[in-house]
Amino acid sequence: MMGSIKDKVAIIGMGCTKFGENWDMSFDDMVIEAVYEAFADSGMTEKDLEAVWIGSYWSNLPAPSQPLATTLKLDYKPITRVENMCATASDALRNAVYAVASGAYDVALAIGAEKLKDSGVSGLPTDDLAMGLVSTAPNTFRSRNFTAPGHFAMMAVKYFEKYGLSPEEGRRMLARIMVKNHKNGLLAPNAHFKMEITEEQVLKAPMVAWPLGLLDCCGVSDGAAAAIVVPASKAKEYRKDPVYLKAMQIAVGPSEGYMNPEHDWTMVKETYRAGQAAYTEAEIKTPRDEISFAEVHDCFSITEAVIYEDLQFSPRGQAKKDIDNGTFELDGKLPVNTDGGLKCFGHPIGASGLRMMYEVYKQLQGKADKRQIKDPRLGLTHNLGGTPGGCTISVNIAGI
Amino acid sequence: MIGITGYGVYIPFYKLERAAIGSFWGGARPPGERAVANFDEDSVTMAVEACRDCLEDVSAQTVKSLYLSSTSLPFAEKQNAVFVATALDLQRQTLTSDLTGSLRAGTNGLLQATAQCSSEKDQALVVASDTRLAKPFGSKEMAIGDAAAALAVGKQDVIAEIEKTYSSYEEIYDTYRTAGSPYIHDWDERFGRESGYIRTMTTGIKDALENWDMQPGDFQNIVVSASNPGYLKKPLKTLGFDLKQQKAEDPLFQAIGFTGAPHPFLLLCAALETAQPGERILFAAYGDGCDVFSLKTTEAIVQFHKKQKIQTLLENRQPVSYQKYLRWKNLVEMEPAKRPKQETASSVALYRDQKCGMAFNGSKCRNCGTIQYPVQRICMNCRAKDDFDYFSFADKKGHITTFSHDFLAVTPDPPATLAAVDFEPGGRVMLDITDREPDAVHIGMPVVPTFRRFRLTDGIQVYWWKAKPLKK
Repeated sequence: MMGSIKDKVAIIGMGCTKFGENWDMSFDDMVIEAVYEAFADSGMTEKDLEAVWIGSYWSNLPAPSQPLATTLKLDYKPITRVENMCATASDALRNAVYAVASGAYDVALAIGAEKLKDSGVSGLPTDDLAMGLVSTAPNTFRSRNFTAPGHFAMMAVKYFEKYGLSPEEGRRMLARIMVKNHKNGLLAPNAHFKMEITEEQVLKAPMVAWPLGLLDCCGVSDGAAAAIVVPASKAKEYRKDPVYLKAMQIAVGPSEGYMNPEHDWTMVKETYRAGQAAYTEAEIKTPRDEISFAEVHDCFSITEAVIYEDLQFSPRGQAKKDIDNGTFELDGKLPVNTDGGLKCFGHPIGASGLRMMYEVYKQLQGKADKRQIKDPRLGLTHNLGGTPGGCTISVNIAGI
Repeated sequence: MIGITGYGVYIPFYKLERAAIGSFWGGARPPGERAVANFDEDSVTMAVEACRDCLEDVSAQTVKSLYLSSTSLPFAEKQNAVFVATALDLQRQTLTSDLTGSLRAGTNGLLQATAQCSSEKDQALVVASDTRLAKPFGSKEMAIGDAAAALAVGKQDVIAEIEKTYSSYEEIYDTYRTAGSPYIHDWDERFGRESGYIRTMTTGIKDALENWDMQPGDFQNIVVSASNPGYLKKPLKTLGFDLKQQKAEDPLFQAIGFTGAPHPFLLLCAALETAQPGERILFAAYGDGCDVFSLKTTEAIVQFHKKQKIQTLLENRQPVSYQKYLRWKNLVEMEPAKRPKQETASSVALYRDQKCGMAFNGSKCRNCGTIQYPVQRICMNCRAKDDFDYFSFADKKGHITTFSHDFLAVTPDPPATLAAVDFEPGGRVMLDITDREPDAVHIGMPVVPTFRRFRLTDGIQVYWWKAKPLKK
């Protein structure tokens, strides 16, 4: 039988930069800012660190790990770069947590950082890397014309058809999610896009990939976040309100959605599987009732709608009902993306997972200011790396 | 008996009204349309499509030689015919050859195939394909068009016997293009007509008939290609042919334009679609000389009548604007999208991917029968390792399970239409949808694979497959 990470490791310090077009900050500047905030938060210094995992997808390639010792003046410590697509930062944290759980280290640092806006182009720096996922073979570039919105839009087209939603009804359902996230993001100091939007604005925005308009899509930004983890048994020595890891799961799909006609594009099987594994690990029976709030991968509006169902927050095909009832609003039964999500923070690929955990950490400590929800017990983070059809999913659960 | 055993045609989906060119520049608006290859097509991809059409009637297993005839081949060094052979998954021991440099390249290929045909059961494929380019608003731009046609040549199941052949050359600058230039040029058109076409065809056909000891009256049908159909009358009249009775007219010029090397083949295919058994056809092509053939249809021609390949292609059409034409043909320099630069495909990776990428083979598990694409060494259903047969998707039909229209993707024909295509015998492939009208695309839409060009970077042209709506 599989073991469990539940309550073995705690986060005792976190930091997160402002996300956005950080023209004035380099990759290193952002790393320093996030890590030193975590130092200040935990009362630690670089001397206390025993091992470091740094997640990044597109920055300082091919080796962001070695320069990190120079940036932070780490004293001959083990540093490892982690990459797992959009779940990169969540996986960096998972590696640090498992290292501490093994007993090998007492203090480990996880960093997620990404500098995308040095590229001079819109969107991600190159689609070609991602194309490897959907081509006949790597380096042939025999692939359909690949963009992320194009792929996720296919999920919306099929979802609308399967559940009998007209494009107008379906797009309005999705618009409501985006309006909610922007409402929350307005209250998050580190968010990139801080503005209120209306359903009409979402519906009338320029089309990016039918049926997804501009405001159905998250932006691309720069950012970094960091977490310091210690054994749970020692956590209270550092602070009175540590946050304990309850589940850390990753599910990587064998691309069934690209090859198997049985996959119908209205769900992401990887999310379902990672969620199930996380719920088992955290001993959660009814996620909709037990999870206090969640930070999920709203790269596109349709993604968040399908996540509700894959994580069993809503029954299949019932996301619309819950959206209409305000279930996922800040004051709803199960608030989702309390900081505004990717929609407001943008998505620096290798940083987002730890940005989500930063929100979970602050909420659980009661330090989320105007976004604070009432008596949270368990917070969930979810990343989707890749596209529906074949992706890497992380589901992490933390609690007090 | 050596002869034509089958034919295939390919006419691009898009048609440009000649009047659209005239009205864009403020000039004359002549009637008719010209065929325009989509941005993802070239002479190689169209040749593949024409051959696939031909191989619906002729077994690919019997093909022992492939001649690709074109004046507009994408590669000057590297054999273009090999792309076609690989995409068609022809046997490795096939003779492949490029024939180029002349509008007679197609009939040159037919002469070679005829001369080479020795075995009773082997066949040759001769495919002609052209995407010639003329400068905007010049005398040629309205007149030319893009298309391809293929003829199978063999000794069994002949539909039109090749009775006689004749060939002669003439050194002349009438229409020409240097190796480095993308555009065709012509000298004084009257010189080309009088001293070029009319004189060469009159003397050539006369000479051929004398050599063969035949008379104009021996032919029931005349299929003679000309860059301008008006050129035809004079030489044929001089030679004593009866133009009305012998159907000597170009049925395609108004619909698709003069298509270059494939034009004689297209005219011949059109004639074969209505030809009666025992009809003798005078078939000739012009270009730096002339090739002349005497063909005679057999009883087997009747079974081809119902195919109506050309008519079907002509009906499956969509008008294209002149602006799109200018963009697709790279006749205007557009501001590049602020998007990442495309990386160059690896020659090594392409070399490994021939069977799967060029020939569109997936795998079918020998253990559980699951069909999958691309080739999976470990079966996605039963996990059997290296226990599969190649499975061709190229000749299968499918339908769209879901799709999107992507306005962010960089394409000369936005939006990019993407789809998950589920094939009838099984298997799903993620494909671009091309030759489509975005508003007509829907879940459940029947589609078929089509061979297309993808990125061209640093001299490496990536070819692969897309899907297009199944024609009615």
